Amino acid sequence: MDFGFILASAASEIFSPTTAAYALAALGLAVHFGYSGLLNFGQAGFMAVGAYGFAISTLSFGVPFFVGLLIAIIASSIFALLLGIPTLRLRADYLAIVTIAAAEIVRYIVTTNQLTAVTGSANGLAAFEGGFYSMNPFPEGSYFGMNNRDFFIRVVGWALVAVCCTLVWLLMRSPWGRVLKGIREDENAVRSLGKNVYAYKMQALIIGGVLGALAGMIFTLPRGAVQPANYGTELTFFLYTCLLLGGLGTVLGPVIGAMIFWVVLSLTQGILYGLIESGAVTWLNTVQAGQLRYILVGVALMLLMIFRPQGVFGNKKELAFA
Amino acid sequence: MLRVLGAISASILAILLVAAPASQATSPSPTPSPSNQTFQNNISGFLRDDTRAPLAGVTITATKDDFTGTATSSANGAWSIGVPEQGTYTVELDEDTLPEGIALAEGQENPRDVTFSQTSNLSVIFAFGKGIVVQQQDFGQNLLNRLVAGLSFGLLLALASVGLSLIFGTTGLTNFAHGEMVTLGAVLVFAFNALGLPFWLAVLLALLGGGLFGYAQDRGLWRPLRRRGTGLVPMMIVSIGLALAVRYVIQFYFGGATQQLPFAQSPEIQLGPVSISPNNLWSLGISAVVIALIGIVLLKTRLGKATRAVADNPALAAASGIDVDSVIRIVWITGGMLASLGGILWAYYRPGVTFDMGSAILLLIFAGVTLGGLGTVFGALIGSIIVGIFVELTTVFGLAADLKYVGALFIMIVVLLFRPQGILGRRERVG
Repeated sequence: MDFGFILASAASEIFSPTTAAYALAALGLAVHFGYSGLLNFGQAGFMAVGAYGFAISTLSFGVPFFVGLLIAIIASSIFALLLGIPTLRLRADYLAIVTIAAAEIVRYIVTTNQLTAVTGSANGLAAFEGGFYSMNPFPEGSYFGMNNRDFFIRVVGWALVAVCCTLVWLLMRSPWGRVLKGIREDENAVRSLGKNVYAYKMQALIIGGVLGALAGMIFTLPRGAVQPANYGTELTFFLYTCLLLGGLGTVLGPVIGAMIFWVVLSLTQGILYGLIESGAVTWLNTVQAGQLRYILVGVALMLLMIFRPQGVFGNKKELAFA
Repeated sequence: MLRVLGAISASILAILLVAAPASQATSPSPTPSPSNQTFQNNISGFLRDDTRAPLAGVTITATKDDFTGTATSSANGAWSIGVPEQGTYTVELDEDTLPEGIALAEGQENPRDVTFSQTSNLSVIFAFGKGIVVQQQDFGQNLLNRLVAGLSFGLLLALASVGLSLIFGTTGLTNFAHGEMVTLGAVLVFAFNALGLPFWLAVLLALLGGGLFGYAQDRGLWRPLRRRGTGLVPMMIVSIGLALAVRYVIQFYFGGATQQLPFAQSPEIQLGPVSISPNNLWSLGISAVVIALIGIVLLKTRLGKATRAVADNPALAAASGIDVDSVIRIVWITGGMLASLGGILWAYYRPGVTFDMGSAILLLIFAGVTLGGLGTVFGALIGSIIVGIFVELTTVFGLAADLKYVGALFIMIVVLLFRPQGILGRRERVG
């Protein structure tokens, strides 16, 4: 077993664009769940809206990159509004069920054969990233062992993560953010102070949703393809695992959580595959090794929630639930 | 804390043990053989000419990038190519190997590109001769058939959702692992049947297994969490973790393929004006009887009264001498058995057993429960029947078949807009 290779590929996950996408989407969940107490189980739907909003506007209407970006943001805001109107007045578990249902509706709609011309159905869409990579300022060459495309998407992805983290941090220490935390702690107390709780919740839902949409774009750009199968309910649950790993009511928690999540997944895959190849483990094949990792994710999610709900960096006093 | 940890690891171990027989039935042999079985994914089909006679010895090739797989159709016309990963493949039928006088029908693309869509098996149909004639049904006939099928589907959903609703009513837990309890029933029947047990025994053991799983979950996980005073939202997230873990444990042993239970193939019979498959008819009858029994138990017996009391107010029920913990335990066992039964019937309705069959209908179960009113048992029944019929009827009214779940989920969201407490729910549960 080549430990050097396994460690290197695990380390390369720390700054991979997928990790950046997970970090952004989990940051959106931190705004929803960690700061506002909104139980959004449809973050995969927001990511899908962002990715498809961008891909469809680029492919079907030929708009330039930044217009596509704007359309993705607007589409996810509208999606958040549509979700928020029926559910934000209701109890948390209603929001959970409605958001997960809405995310599945989005996935079914982009999968259906009826709309193949627009969404590419199960195949998804491809070749929409040209506008993005044509802005690449880095000339061809090797950057830390990556080509200029890979390097560019990493720079953009992590710059975006940094900017969004700063924005969320500033927002949450502003008066607006304090009201939001107040809603999380006791909605009725905030309402009795004359604040429009519904409007605040809606704004938080939109901000987190836009972060999800940006994450969806960062997720698809390096792949050069968007496929509906990637946006199932599991994605949302993985994001919750990232969020809980890092810490709920924190800004850097989701980012660190996403890094831990991918490094651990990569490490376990490398070690398991290595053991199987070397013949040390015979009761497992490589397909089952992949499933074993997701069993571990599920168990980790349970254990985290039970024993350390505040995550690695979180503060137990900052929990959305007692 | 350690007790909870021990309990969780014990329950996971129990899951692994319970699922163990399935591994003997399905897991591939450790030494890879060059046959198709080494791959998780298959492209397959049947070759039949326009008189439905099988075509043997026809060569079919599937290619993708640098992978090429070949198969020759067997005596019954079946062919199957194992492929390493899902994606788009180019499938070509070698027309030189066709028997004399047989040619592909007009408009049959060959070679053609085919793509996996979330299943591990992809069927490709080649039509021969003058092509196939699509039978046209008249609208009223179709409506009636779908209505009965929808009722059958709704009642099997109700089996699962009544359990979910009972659990929610008594413990407040929104159990996202309920879909896996549904899957377990079907997988256990398949596993016991593959071990050579008679069908009725396999079903019985699967129901017992479902009840046992419910009991183990309550004993090992939910009761310790209730004792610690864990909130409802953390418990909901714990149930998601459990759902992921159990789903992949099942896939670990069962594999990603679709398997069939015995007697899964049944031709439709004509019953008065309705044409329905005997399996659907059985499913309809069994679930109606079981739900009626649950209703009688809830309304007429002491246990049912105690359950309703706990659902209404656990503290008050405990104060009036009801053993709340034992009521909740019975609810979990019943919920597990009902979900198992629902899963078995679902495996016949689809038809097929897969590791994710339960999570595929989890949201429909939720939709039924929410429509009827969270925590109300009869609401869950009515809600599920509405969802079942709605899912089947949307295809009659022109919605594409791959969108039929969308309608049910959409109607749930719309109902929440106007009547958030659901059909039979009470206002105070909402806010």
